[in-house]
Amino acid sequence: MTHTAEPLDDNRRQLLVATSVVGGAGAVALAAPFVASFAPSERAKAAGAPVEVDISKVPPGEMIVVEWRGKPIWVLHRTPEMLESLKAVREKLADPDSEKSIQPSYAKNEHRSIKPEFLIVEGVCTHLGCSPSAKFQRGEASGISADWVGGYLCPCHGSMFDLAGRVFKSMPAPTNLPVPPHKYLTETKVLIGEDKA
Amino acid sequence: MKTNWISWLKKTVAVLAVAPTLLFAAETNVHIDKAPVSTNPVDLQHGAKLFVNYCLNCHAASMMRYNRLTELGLTEQQIKDYLLFTGEKVGDLMTIAMRTKDAKKWFGAAPPDLTLIARQKETLSYSGADWLYTYLRTFYRDESRPTGWNNVVFPNVGMPHVLWELQGIQVAEKSKDEHGNEHIKLTLGKPGLLSPAEYDKAVADLVSFLQWMGEPVAEKRKTIGIWVMLYLALFFILTYLLKKAYWKDVH
Amino acid sequence: MTSKSGLLQWIDERFPLSSTIEGHLTGYYAPKNLNFWYFFGSLALLVFVIQIVTGIFLVMNYKPDGTLNAAGVPVAFASVEYIMREVPGGWLIRYMHSTGASAFFIVVYLHMFRGLLYGSYRKPRELLWIIGVLIFLALMGEAFMGYLLPWGQMSFWGAQVIINLVSAIPVVGPDLAVFVRGDYVISDATLNRFFSLHVIALPLVLLLLVAAHIVALHEVGSNNPDGIEIKKKKDATGKPLDGIPFHPYYTVKDMVGVAGFFIIFFAVVFFAPEGGGYFLEANNFIPADPLKTPPHIAPVWYFTPFYSILRAVTYPLFGLDAKFWGVVAMFAAVLIIAFLPWLDRSPVKSIRYKGPIFKIALTLFVIAFLILGYLGVLPPNPMRTLVAQICAVIYFAFFLLMPWYSKIDPCKPEPERVTWK
Repeated sequence: MTHTAEPLDDNRRQLLVATSVVGGAGAVALAAPFVASFAPSERAKAAGAPVEVDISKVPPGEMIVVEWRGKPIWVLHRTPEMLESLKAVREKLADPDSEKSIQPSYAKNEHRSIKPEFLIVEGVCTHLGCSPSAKFQRGEASGISADWVGGYLCPCHGSMFDLAGRVFKSMPAPTNLPVPPHKYLTETKVLIGEDKA
Repeated sequence: MKTNWISWLKKTVAVLAVAPTLLFAAETNVHIDKAPVSTNPVDLQHGAKLFVNYCLNCHAASMMRYNRLTELGLTEQQIKDYLLFTGEKVGDLMTIAMRTKDAKKWFGAAPPDLTLIARQKETLSYSGADWLYTYLRTFYRDESRPTGWNNVVFPNVGMPHVLWELQGIQVAEKSKDEHGNEHIKLTLGKPGLLSPAEYDKAVADLVSFLQWMGEPVAEKRKTIGIWVMLYLALFFILTYLLKKAYWKDVH
Repeated sequence: MTSKSGLLQWIDERFPLSSTIEGHLTGYYAPKNLNFWYFFGSLALLVFVIQIVTGIFLVMNYKPDGTLNAAGVPVAFASVEYIMREVPGGWLIRYMHSTGASAFFIVVYLHMFRGLLYGSYRKPRELLWIIGVLIFLALMGEAFMGYLLPWGQMSFWGAQVIINLVSAIPVVGPDLAVFVRGDYVISDATLNRFFSLHVIALPLVLLLLVAAHIVALHEVGSNNPDGIEIKKKKDATGKPLDGIPFHPYYTVKDMVGVAGFFIIFFAVVFFAPEGGGYFLEANNFIPADPLKTPPHIAPVWYFTPFYSILRAVTYPLFGLDAKFWGVVAMFAAVLIIAFLPWLDRSPVKSIRYKGPIFKIALTLFVIAFLILGYLGVLPPNPMRTLVAQICAVIYFAFFLLMPWYSKIDPCKPEPERVTWK
């Protein structure tokens, strides 16, 4: 006689289902390491590890740039005068209270920082990712306008930000510059990239 | 322990694999001691400390990251406080400042990278850890060598006895047997900071660490392997039953 | 297929989907008496898939770069350790690939041995057999190129020795060796071309050859342990009386083979990935150093039978070096397999009905092959060379004397129908 596939009986159906389920689970488990290999490696994690910054070396009125996860992070030591300017520009800002912007809750205030005098912010324009330039000089000397009180200007499409990284109204950039997670290890040492205790 | 049967299986396979070698190949006359390798985190931590203090000045372990030591139960803070040199981060690789070119000039040969040393020394008759365990315990005083040191399992070695303060100074008594093979007998001429038993334990810890560093995932690999085997046994039974269910109408 | 779904209907009018499935699975009739030895064809296909998938993922992190990094380790070597240590799951993918290489050869050797047992190379399967030999050749090339990539000491010196074989060719040899390497030594240039060939060129060749192998198989149909053609006895509907549809019968049976294979394969991957020093050699954990040869160089185990034949040739002939004739002998040892269909003059195909002479010849051949393989991993000495020479003679005698001994061998008559249970 010849053999053609006979209809599924109960025994076959049960075993077929059991084998498919177990085999499928095995296939998923086997796929796991392959999928996992797309995640950042230990090298990438080490390169993206939190950075320690000694802020005592930043004089008032000046800014340093540190690298974290390949991005420029600004550490700006604001003078009382600079802090004063934050109030002055409030009316001209798109999102003065940072409602639509990205920052940890401890930086969601007018000065957008833990300590008012130290601004720690990602120097990456929220429009298309250029890094804005510092324009700390006031008035005509800044080359921007007579009533300029200090801030940042993006060289790519002209977005302007104040000294807390808040974007001005009617700019290409939609939101304020993001504040990265950070915490103070001591009075003068900041850890950028991590804020958990 | 759950890995017991695996080591038994490995030994059996190893003996079977070696049997023909014993028939054909000449035996080496240097005896390699069995290393009491530990997987206990406390021993491995001790080994890591010895490694960083004694080896990592001349040898790098450039494929190993400091923060991987957290797998041995150390915290990042402990690594920072006790093991890192100034200016290094916990995520850094265990590299050294010495450049390969300078090292060649100073030592004749650049001290090899130690990340994989335990895997490099493995043979059919002994493990890499066994060799390292014997090597680090058989340095002896030899004024004819530029460093003043020689070694039983690595004759005319370029490295001086870095751990001599701990072990003390061994002296060699050389003799020849009836076949003309040279035998070296070592005696402790001047005791070190550690007793011989303590020194053996310290070297065992160091070697355990070197073996762990050669493949940090090794223990996890075996644990996953047991689950995979259990799964495959189930899968095998199911496919066998399925095959029988289909083949019952093949006459 | 009486009532096709709308989608299937739509596809079938544009692409031969249903007919392909029927032609190669549900309507492809295989002999019902295929035994244990018939698992290795589908397993070879499985290992091929494993190698391609793991290979794709390894390439994402591997760097074919022979220059030294800041720590003085070659970039290629360090990138393999990077995969082993730093890429999540990388160690498993790499161990699967390295174990898969050895598994590929184990499975293929057993698959070829099956052919010898049951005369699967005989008419009408000559072309199927030749395509198979070509797959074996391509696979050897693929494995050889792949072994250079970890850029360890065995990678480097193994490639050095094998490429120097080319220089044995009279007149053009030395220049040709430089041409193959792209340099005066094995170097970054060699590493990069081997990488390209290993990940693109040879896999494509293998894929085409494997497809041709399967097409040829399905044209002539599977042989079986009785070595008789099931197509000769058909029922009224034209279906072979001793045949069963490949699907579902052999798909479920091959699943058992896959499960059994996986048990052994993953036992090695998880508990002994070095394969006792044969799958991953200790010396290959040392970065390549062009100035320092390890004390003992041996090819990976799957090349050693042929390597032994190479070393066994120690006599110069016709004014040419022994080295040259060694290379000739090595390649001849592989190529001669392709001539089996015309060397075997026995009236029957399967060993079941062949006489004692063939059984003794095959046994001697297998023993000689295994001894050659074992000697190939050992350093040579005069005694071993002599043994290798005897085994090499047996190896070639098995093929070259076959037209004679297969003819005089007293055979048993073949049955009319396959033997079953």
